[in-house]
Amino acid sequence: MTTNTEWPLWEVFVRTKAGLDHKHCGSLHAADPKMAVQMARDVYTRRQEGSSVWVVRSDQIVASDPGDKDMLFDPAEDKVYRHPTFYKLPDSVDHM
Amino acid sequence: MYTQAMDTMREEGGDKPALRTAEEAQLQQRFDNRIDAGEFIEAKDWMPENYRKTLLRQISQHAHSEIVGMLPEGNWITRAPTLKRKAILLAKVQDEGGHGLYLYAAAETLGTSRDQMLDALHTGKAKYSSIFNYPTLTWADVGAIGWLVDGAAIMNQVPICRCSFAPYARAMVRICREESFHQRQGFDSLLVMMKQGTDAQRAMVQEAVNRWWWPCLMMFGPPDDQSPNSAQGMRWGIKRVSNDTLRQRFVDAAVQQAEVLGVSFPDPDLRWNEETQHWDYGTIDWSEFWRVVGGDGPCNRERLAARVKAWEEGEWVREAALAHARKSELKEAA
Ligand SMILES: [Fe+2]
Ligand SMILES: [Fe+2]
Repeated sequence: MTTNTEWPLWEVFVRTKAGLDHKHCGSLHAADPKMAVQMARDVYTRRQEGSSVWVVRSDQIVASDPGDKDMLFDPAEDKVYRHPTFYKLPDSVDHM
Repeated sequence: MYTQAMDTMREEGGDKPALRTAEEAQLQQRFDNRIDAGEFIEAKDWMPENYRKTLLRQISQHAHSEIVGMLPEGNWITRAPTLKRKAILLAKVQDEGGHGLYLYAAAETLGTSRDQMLDALHTGKAKYSSIFNYPTLTWADVGAIGWLVDGAAIMNQVPICRCSFAPYARAMVRICREESFHQRQGFDSLLVMMKQGTDAQRAMVQEAVNRWWWPCLMMFGPPDDQSPNSAQGMRWGIKRVSNDTLRQRFVDAAVQQAEVLGVSFPDPDLRWNEETQHWDYGTIDWSEFWRVVGGDGPCNRERLAARVKAWEEGEWVREAALAHARKSELKEAA
């Protein structure tokens, strides 16, 4: 087995059309950045699913720890006043 | 098809909860609750070791099936009858390569390297779908594969879009979006031969259908009462619909399509059952299935040899690309 020669892993982000965000759509192995872009084109946009791709080395991504999920995201749970629906206004002005 | 992995893992057994600590029992409980609530499990979430192992096995073997599945049809790319059919077949086979790549990437999130998975395939440790060990003898086989093999694959794959393991489910959504074209182009190709072809071409289509029918029914795996790991797969939300249910759905759909095409299936017991409102079919030769799974199908050796050859002959390319990348990196840093 030749694991030491495995090409590095890249994460692929595709912008489906102008004006939209790039969205993560998967990953692939490639030897260098140029090849990663080319392969992203072939693997993830065979049917015009994209107008732009980003690739980034997977080992360069910093992610939150799933174990910290509650600690990180639960504090927002009880802050309902951050949403417009929290405020009951008279019908005549409720479109604001 | 592609989900035969669960049925061929006889030796490993299901979920043995060999829990060591109270903390682990708690994690297991939380995991079970999430599964029951229909939540998705992501790669970095805690999961039972057997869940991980089962998924790795199923996803990697699904990936191998896509890649090995390029071989039978690839066999006809240079001999497609028209430029149009050649372009279609190239696109179809390229899609299958893409499917393999989506799935390898999903399996890698479980902590196994691509090279480890390929090594398991090349050394015969990992299996792939039994269907790809049958030969493509005529051009009609290409159409028959699209119609029947991809048709069976669609039946099988659609429920996996709701698999509890999210990276697998996401890959399946992507794959299922592309599969419909595969089945339609196959049916279309056969339809042209049946409606506008010569007698010899019609006979060729019927002959191909005769050969592919039973192996396609086997793609769904052994009958439910001989599928010991199914219950665990269902419990985990990896398997959503039973082998026999999927097989029956496939038969019901295929019979109708065969009528439009004007071909028959090689099964004297195939008949409409008024009571069940389904098509009854004859007995499947499971000894053939296990023989092919076990490595003794018509093309097992040829398929594996082709994969190993491609891997070995590509080694210098992989190395050169990596050396080039390292050199460019150094140059840029300087
Ligand atoms: Fe596929
Ligand atoms: Fe397909």
